[in-house]
Amino acid sequence: MNAATVVTGLGVAAPNGLGLESYWSAVLAGRGAIGRVARFDPTSYPAQLAGEIDGFVAEDHLPSRLLPQTDRMTRLALVSADWALEDAGVVPDTLPAYDMGVITASHSGGFEFGQKELQALWSKGGRYVSAYQSFAWFYAVNSGQISIRNGMRGPSGVVVSDQAGGLDALAQARRQIRKGTPLIVSGAIDASICPWGWVAQLASDRLSRATDPGRAYVPFDDGAAGHVPGEGGALLILEDADYARARGARQVYAEIAGHASTFDPAPGSGRGPGLQRAIEQALSDGGTAPGEVDVVFADAAAVPELDRFEAEAITKVFGPRAVPVTAPKTMTGRLYSGAAPLDVATACLSIRDGVIPPTTNTSLSRHYDIDLVTGPPRDTPVRVALVLARGYGGFNSAVVVRAPRD
Amino acid sequence: MPATPFTIDDLKSILREGAGADEGVDLDGDILDAEFDALGYESLAMLETAGRIEREYGISLDEEIFADARTPRALIALVNEQLPAAQAV
Repeated sequence: MNAATVVTGLGVAAPNGLGLESYWSAVLAGRGAIGRVARFDPTSYPAQLAGEIDGFVAEDHLPSRLLPQTDRMTRLALVSADWALEDAGVVPDTLPAYDMGVITASHSGGFEFGQKELQALWSKGGRYVSAYQSFAWFYAVNSGQISIRNGMRGPSGVVVSDQAGGLDALAQARRQIRKGTPLIVSGAIDASICPWGWVAQLASDRLSRATDPGRAYVPFDDGAAGHVPGEGGALLILEDADYARARGARQVYAEIAGHASTFDPAPGSGRGPGLQRAIEQALSDGGTAPGEVDVVFADAAAVPELDRFEAEAITKVFGPRAVPVTAPKTMTGRLYSGAAPLDVATACLSIRDGVIPPTTNTSLSRHYDIDLVTGPPRDTPVRVALVLARGYGGFNSAVVVRAPRD
Repeated sequence: MPATPFTIDDLKSILREGAGADEGVDLDGDILDAEFDALGYESLAMLETAGRIEREYGISLDEEIFADARTPRALIALVNEQLPAAQAV
């Protein structure tokens, strides 16, 4: 029998809150952070809103040796990992190096760093490209830098499956914990709000072109017309439950109880999307009946067809309006790989505090038969949360987050 | 192109700009004969440092330069060998 994989530490970097409790109080207050892009001049682009993290000064948190070699997403990831370790009461120096690993997800790598070096290449020549470009852009760089900074030599890697990757990384971490590595830093931080990242995202044709921050990202609303990109995410300390207990972990937020990922069938196959199967298989993997689920954190694509697929999948598995559904990401924008780990962190806090945070800005379309939590947060005991995430190109993933067993 | 020799201060500013400074190391201390490795600079940091020296001083350094130049003093000497201004002093 496999021991449980539990969450013992959380590190959050979100547009509406840098740090766990700052984020959580913003979410409960329904305070969003979507606004006009400030990191570059968006005037000439069709999409102009983003959820940006303000006030992050990397120099305040990281040594100067790391600054010339890191993209913004890596700086945020290193600091979030520090916070997660601190929250878990883990001092990596005191643990065996091979007992700790790092498995993150990444959507696009270090785009801002890469853009700067490409500009140097075009305008000045190859001699002006930083030697650190060799890895600073790379998908796996957050895992690598976190493992180096903290001396973690256990299994490490990266999962790339767009937004679904944030859950797939947690699942991969759980596999490694079951295989015998007791502690894995897992989750994801993405941050590519720069012109190069922007045009790459525009190519999906799923970005909202609205200019009113209060109406730009409204999943499950009749006015849904794409999402607003954001930056940030969360890193989690995952541990074997027995190991966490033996070292006297100061808290266990929750258990990563179930996971499944599916892939949509090819267009024209006549078969439906794979999200429902992901939900059913994750519940089954977690030994959880639909009736036990207290809240669903939706993927919330805000693309009408995708909203319909998700609402239908939820309704088919749980019944019409049978389970509360929420999407706090309406406050941050979609964080790509960072979104689902942030939702898992949020689910942990929902379990801790017995409250479901709201979906903001959206008025539920009458076409969807789901119990969407809008308005104030809903006070209710939460023992089991289901987190959903979909990635561009057909990725579907679901994770069951369950209150720790006594 | 600079018309003065390459000095320890020039090297320190290039190191700081291109690779930063290790927390446990005081670059303003007596580092002339310290090995780069001991100063916290790995091979990629030295590659970046060599690239910056090359473009700022308009010279071309041998790819194997750090096999010979393991300390700031040795690197400064090798760079100055290539600078006409320094040779004229």
